[in-house]
Amino acid sequence: MPLVSRMALPHVRPMPPVLSLRDIGFARGGRPILGHFNLDLAPGEQALLLGPSGSGKTSLLNLAAGLLSPDSGEILLRGEPMPARPAARDALRRRTVGIVFQTLRLVSALTLRGNLELAARLAGRPTTEIDQLLETLGLAHRAQARPRELSQGEAQRAAIARALVARPALLLADEPTSALDDASADRVATLLTGLSAANGTALLVATHDSRLKAHIGRTIQLERLA
Amino acid sequence: MIGLALAYLRDRGLVTAFNILLIALGVASLAVLLLVSTQVEQRFARDSAGIDLVVGAKGSPLQLILSSVYHVDVPTGNVPASSLALLRGDPGVARAIPLALGDSFRGARIVGTEPEFLALSGASLAQGRIFAGTGEAVIGAQAARQTGLTIGRRFTGTHGVGEDGSSHDHMAFTVVGVLSPTGTVTDRLILTTIDSVWAMHGIKAPTDTAHSDDHSHDGPSAAILDPRSVPAPDITAILVTYRTAMAAVRLPSAINRETALQAASPATETARLLTLFGAAFDGARLFAWLVAATGLLSVFVILLSAATAREGDMALLRVVGATRAQAAGTVLLEGLVIAAAGALLGLAAAHILLAIGASLFPTLAAVGVGPTLFHPGEIGIAAAVIGLGVFAALVPAARVYRTDLADTLARAT
Repeated sequence: MPLVSRMALPHVRPMPPVLSLRDIGFARGGRPILGHFNLDLAPGEQALLLGPSGSGKTSLLNLAAGLLSPDSGEILLRGEPMPARPAARDALRRRTVGIVFQTLRLVSALTLRGNLELAARLAGRPTTEIDQLLETLGLAHRAQARPRELSQGEAQRAAIARALVARPALLLADEPTSALDDASADRVATLLTGLSAANGTALLVATHDSRLKAHIGRTIQLERLA
Repeated sequence: MIGLALAYLRDRGLVTAFNILLIALGVASLAVLLLVSTQVEQRFARDSAGIDLVVGAKGSPLQLILSSVYHVDVPTGNVPASSLALLRGDPGVARAIPLALGDSFRGARIVGTEPEFLALSGASLAQGRIFAGTGEAVIGAQAARQTGLTIGRRFTGTHGVGEDGSSHDHMAFTVVGVLSPTGTVTDRLILTTIDSVWAMHGIKAPTDTAHSDDHSHDGPSAAILDPRSVPAPDITAILVTYRTAMAAVRLPSAINRETALQAASPATETARLLTLFGAAFDGARLFAWLVAATGLLSVFVILLSAATAREGDMALLRVVGATRAQAAGTVLLEGLVIAAAGALLGLAAAHILLAIGASLFPTLAAVGVGPTLFHPGEIGIAAAVIGLGVFAALVPAARVYRTDLADTLARAT
């Protein structure tokens, strides 16, 4: 018997997708938003959710974050089913997911640095990486600025920093560049994709901003359901 | 989360400051009332310690007590000096100390008395010796500061207890002793012999004022039934300490009913006075609680409006990992911090106000009001206000706790 056949080969379990949406159905106010929707997002993978208003892009992100519950189907985060209990769902989101919104970016009363420290502490992460992150995002000189003192572009980069400081496995971004001019949008998109790639963070961006197609290869088109 | 609550308070600094100030005003008012009433009561109790009865001229019993025990009013009149001997001869009387009042020096009252008076207030000499001969004076600690008198200095008294009386230039006093502070009315008195007061008014002392033989030991004698039968000199009042409990029953009624003198109990009159003060204090206390309640109501209104205004912030906080309880906790903490800061500031302000008040208004210092007393009730006031501050934050905090995250995000993003 050949030697190799007698050796016990180590069993390598494949890494589960960071996000799995299986046969998701979701309606709001009696109107169907998503039907039989499926999506797998591997660690470090980046994808763009495109579609017109009302096609369910934001709902999909909220479902992935556990902020909404599907009417049917199953959601798994890193292979772990989304718990039904809100507190457990919150805890799983805290450990796994970072979210960047279009307008809701930072806690208004805290400085930029204070926002990042709060996010790191709530996620149980060290605050030692904050300076490096601010440096990378070109925000080191704005660390003590209040959110209302930041420009739109700075605020959106700050929101990315706030989401990434917790080192999430999955980063969800809802219209992160829609309110920005071309130069700012390009800078934000570059940083968003670059940092998520560098950290091995899966990225799912919901947008109708076609400028992002130049930065993210995989696109998922959503349509309004009848 | 404490850092976040403080950040929100700093973020609306002016509103927070006014909120704290409003609560502090209420707390300060309550604490001042508590401290003043307590200090006045304690001072009354200290000043009248050891005095069971005051015997003086007919008139208002309260006035007799105020003038003879607390030295804040004018005397009701004079009584024959022989009354002293009669009272001392009564078996129910353990101690009877005469007082001759009505003169002053630079606002400090001159009290003709006997050395035993010092035992009443527990006074002891800081310097010099006790008065013995005519014209010798011992001054209380506060009177020494107030008048600038020191040992060996001579001074002449003025008639009356005000600053504008006529001067008794023919009779000079010499300071022979200065008393240590006692925390009683003795601190602001100038003590001398009865003879000295008589001499100041050109009256010669009788050969024996200490004891008279024309009395029985069964009660007030005929001599004090009609004071006109006893020749001058007079004294103003007699401070009496009972020997037996029965004396408290017999002596006041006998004196008031059967003689031309008046007997008044410091305990009774002080209680009457405090009852009168009490009504005013109750009214002021009610107003102070109203001010504190206004402050606490403003905590409720401000936090409720903040809870609505920062709906997005709270949602974001939840998204980055805060639990419902943590998000609501920031609102509760804000209420707690505002109320606690208001309570502490109010208590500090109360003591500062009393310090300023006592230095600006001698009448306050005269009744023993000062900044140094700390009353356990102050902790009670602070605890009640802090508790109510947290209570005022409960509804806004509950609103944050119940916020639906997805709905809020849908509105806010």
